[in-house]
Amino acid sequence: MTSAPLPLVQQFERGLDAPICLTWELTYACNLECAHCLSSSGRRDPRELSTAQCEAIIDELQRMQVFYVNVGGGEPTIRPDFWHLLDYAVGHDVGVKFSTNGSRLTPERAERLAATDYVDVQVSLDGATAEVNDYVRGPGSFQMAVQALENLAAAGFAEPKLSVVCTRHNVGQLDEFQRLADRYGATLRLTRLRPSGRGADTWDELHPRPEQQRQLYDWLLAHGDRVLTGDSFFHLSAFGQALPGLNLCGAGRVVCLIDPIGDVYACPFAIHDQFRAGNVLADGGFAQVWRESSLFGELRAPQTGGACASCSFYDSCRGGCMAAKFFTGLPLDGPDPECVQGYGEPALSADRIVPAPSQDHSRTVPTRNQPVLLQLGRKPVSACAESPLAGFTADGRR
Amino acid sequence: MTLLDEPWALSPSVALRPEPFGALAYHFGNRKLTFLKTPVLVTVVRALGEQPDARSALTAAGVPGAQHAAYEGALRGLAAADVIRPRTRAGAS
Repeated sequence: MTSAPLPLVQQFERGLDAPICLTWELTYACNLECAHCLSSSGRRDPRELSTAQCEAIIDELQRMQVFYVNVGGGEPTIRPDFWHLLDYAVGHDVGVKFSTNGSRLTPERAERLAATDYVDVQVSLDGATAEVNDYVRGPGSFQMAVQALENLAAAGFAEPKLSVVCTRHNVGQLDEFQRLADRYGATLRLTRLRPSGRGADTWDELHPRPEQQRQLYDWLLAHGDRVLTGDSFFHLSAFGQALPGLNLCGAGRVVCLIDPIGDVYACPFAIHDQFRAGNVLADGGFAQVWRESSLFGELRAPQTGGACASCSFYDSCRGGCMAAKFFTGLPLDGPDPECVQGYGEPALSADRIVPAPSQDHSRTVPTRNQPVLLQLGRKPVSACAESPLAGFTADGRR
Repeated sequence: MTLLDEPWALSPSVALRPEPFGALAYHFGNRKLTFLKTPVLVTVVRALGEQPDARSALTAAGVPGAQHAAYEGALRGLAAADVIRPRTRAGAS
């Protein structure tokens, strides 16, 4: 070797020829209404990609050698062509890991999945007990997920993932989650709660408290080799020892998101116009957007570190998560709102403007699946609910 | 006999994707990603299947003898991840 190559992390910061970790939300439709949904899902978007358009994307991913995609939604299995697209992807050397709330993983589906190579299933569960889970994911959703894990285990599906978003209410349940995963032969996956989508409205109430961040970090240091994290806790590395995995923001560099209508965003936690790189239909295909987008070009340029540059922990946390800063109205070149060195809290107390969402597919009429958390925050549905005399005039006309 | 004296090849379950730093190796069986961190290492790995042994692949890729030990370590790591596999010599004596 004639010259020392750049460390891998620096190579990644400059961007790769194709993403390593591509998330593809297939639909905004969902049977649940989780309080912290990253994509504000609920209703299908009429512009969602057709089967043929999805197949064309898979063909392109195969040409780019994107070896697997993380498929999500919404609830992706709601799409009538979901199982077809799954087979199509696997048949084109694009492995699929899909996230589901488990509602459609019947024993028959589980059998079929167990017989398919290159498919990974990730069942979402945000509490190790029904009480904690259903509070954010809605009534009955704990039982739904556990039944899916049971069906997968009974069908002999090897190592599904049990995927948990860490909140104030479940950080104390990490050992219980591990036991639950072990019971079904599943691998535990823990990810960070982001203030994105409906999560922007519920983050203040749900995000782990400072002492819980430490608890989470200690747990990950002790058990990190057994759990997956999607490298999402790199902001915790500023506690000291780095956590396993890539400690950097991969947005637009090694990570991106394709949404149900073909819009490409820098990362799954940044579904907002500000992080929209282009559209696979309008802008010449996914490869073109990935390689030529000016937004991605900026994200791959050297970053200064801004207000964080003088912090001795900057090399550990790299300033934290871009999406978490953006959606809490903090400057992108300053500290993460959950900065473990304590710089997030003063930033949050200072003047800031939380950006308005640029899309919302939440149901306009809530269903019985709505979690308690959202019900508590319910605004009156009509003027009449606030005043029984609303609109009433003495002469009987409105 | 060391690894360098044996015949090796890219594992049939592995695909290489060229990248500016070298290549990504993806194993379709165990779904693990491995990074080949230099272009020379990629050339070596690709040459393994065409050369009688790993040492010849190093030589063919232009790796100086002084670096063979370091490359042996890298290849050992790739073998542990099943990115490369020992090749059975067809009709070997």
